[in-house]
Amino acid sequence: MERLAPAKDRLLKSEKNWMNGEVRGKIIVFLCAFIMIAATISITIFLGQKGLQAFIKNGVSLIEFLTSKAWNPSNQPNPLFGALPFIFGSFAVTFLSAIIAAPLGIGAAIFMTEIAPSWGRKILQPVIELLVGIPSVVYGFIGLTVLVPFVRNHIGGLGFSLLSGMIVLSIMILPTITTIATDAMSSLPNSLREGSYALGATRWQTIRKVLVPAAMPTLLTAIVLGMARAFGEALAVQMVIGNVSKFPHSILDPSATLTTIITLNMGNTTFGSIENNVLWSMGFILLVISFAFILIIRYLSSRRKF
Amino acid sequence: MSTLTVTNQVFDVMDLNLWYGDHHALKNINFPINKKEVTAMIGPSGCGKSTFIKTLNLMIKTIPNVKLAGEINFNEKNILSDKIDLVELRKNVGMVFQRGNPFPQSIFDNIAYGPRIHGTRNKKELEGIVVKALMDVGLWDEVKDRLHGPALGLSGGQQQRLCIARALATKPDVLLMDEPTSALDPISTLKIEEMILQLKEKYTIVIVTHNMQQAARVSDKTAFFLMGELVELDSTATIFSHPADERTEGYITGRFG
Repeated sequence: MERLAPAKDRLLKSEKNWMNGEVRGKIIVFLCAFIMIAATISITIFLGQKGLQAFIKNGVSLIEFLTSKAWNPSNQPNPLFGALPFIFGSFAVTFLSAIIAAPLGIGAAIFMTEIAPSWGRKILQPVIELLVGIPSVVYGFIGLTVLVPFVRNHIGGLGFSLLSGMIVLSIMILPTITTIATDAMSSLPNSLREGSYALGATRWQTIRKVLVPAAMPTLLTAIVLGMARAFGEALAVQMVIGNVSKFPHSILDPSATLTTIITLNMGNTTFGSIENNVLWSMGFILLVISFAFILIIRYLSSRRKF
Repeated sequence: MSTLTVTNQVFDVMDLNLWYGDHHALKNINFPINKKEVTAMIGPSGCGKSTFIKTLNLMIKTIPNVKLAGEINFNEKNILSDKIDLVELRKNVGMVFQRGNPFPQSIFDNIAYGPRIHGTRNKKELEGIVVKALMDVGLWDEVKDRLHGPALGLSGGQQQRLCIARALATKPDVLLMDEPTSALDPISTLKIEEMILQLKEKYTIVIVTHNMQQAARVSDKTAFFLMGELVELDSTATIFSHPADERTEGYITGRFG
């Protein structure tokens, strides 16, 4: 017959089990955090190493890469590695789409939080969620079938253009901006609204002079997050922008971005070749600029007032 | 005699009833408020005193499902009629809330906010208004070197006095204060009470307070609210020495509430 351990021992033992559970839980969450950090660091190192190879091993000039407008890596014996048109294209579609989407998104957010908080939100919220759920290839497909012919017939040019790219992107980043801007506005304390109304301000004065300035850091964060998404988008842009390696001179000219050039060419180049390595360099530039976006967002968040 | 009392009244509330949805929150309130007096409202939580003060500048209308009936005459005009100009009313009836709620802007811009939205653009004029308002609330010496610094950098008591200055900057006739010191320490409270005694030279003040000593210290008239009814309104000395209603006596002697 098994003899029961003294009460003191049993208590100690159970204490030990409890400790074991505690330690196990700790290990699991530490592991999760560690895996995430490790993944990020290894991607950064890998991309950095691959991205710098074109300059170190293949002797491509960094200055040429960043400032020349001529791109033809398979031109023998004089390959040209000017990525400026794509860097410019990426920034152009990003800023232009933000210029369209920012006022729309912030306006929609103000409508939902200040003007019609009951029914406005009920209608707009599902619309925005739906916009998020549409895959980017569908945006591109619609852009290709509807927007490109429309631009060609009614505005000018080939249709495949910076303009088409920026319109598609602005719709794609609209939900990001609207959602975060809505959170920014609705997290403002009601005492601000009360304070303003009690001084005799109208609703519009309250929105314009108190609420929007108070929410400004977060509204800017919303815009930068939208821009970060636009900057990284490849598929939908690629379907409407035309993908030519020439520097665009008007908004109706076809163009290309860093992401579209990478997706278009990665299948056609051999791993380790100079043509392949310059694509990695573009990827590395994308990563560096994403970090810059994150730094801007962190800076803005630190200035949040509410 | 009767004409004298009429002209001395800034507010005359008659048969005011208020419902939040189905809840009858104010019942047949008749409440005259005299010019350049401090009127304090006391009563247990939920008695309707905060609701009542919010009707005087119609801030109550920002709450959904509120129904009002009766008359609130402000300078002999019924503000419950449809033709009332809310902007004009709130310019003349300023309000201070439980917690200081400065805008996240500079001290100067906070005080200049009211005059600016009411059309004052001249910089010199605005400066004059800001300086005067800050002096009125005794904040000038504390903030004169950082007028363009953030208002949210001030202490709680300073923020509350800033909000009073902000309300004074629109040159109101009446200042409504909804438990203005409930979130403040005793020293800040004392400063605000001293300020109220000075401000009543120029303004009519209506103050809701949970603190009966405060009502006794600062007010000329005291009103006791209970369950949405105005039980008693009389001079502060009478209310605290020999109130007419036994419910008032019960409350001020601490038997309930």
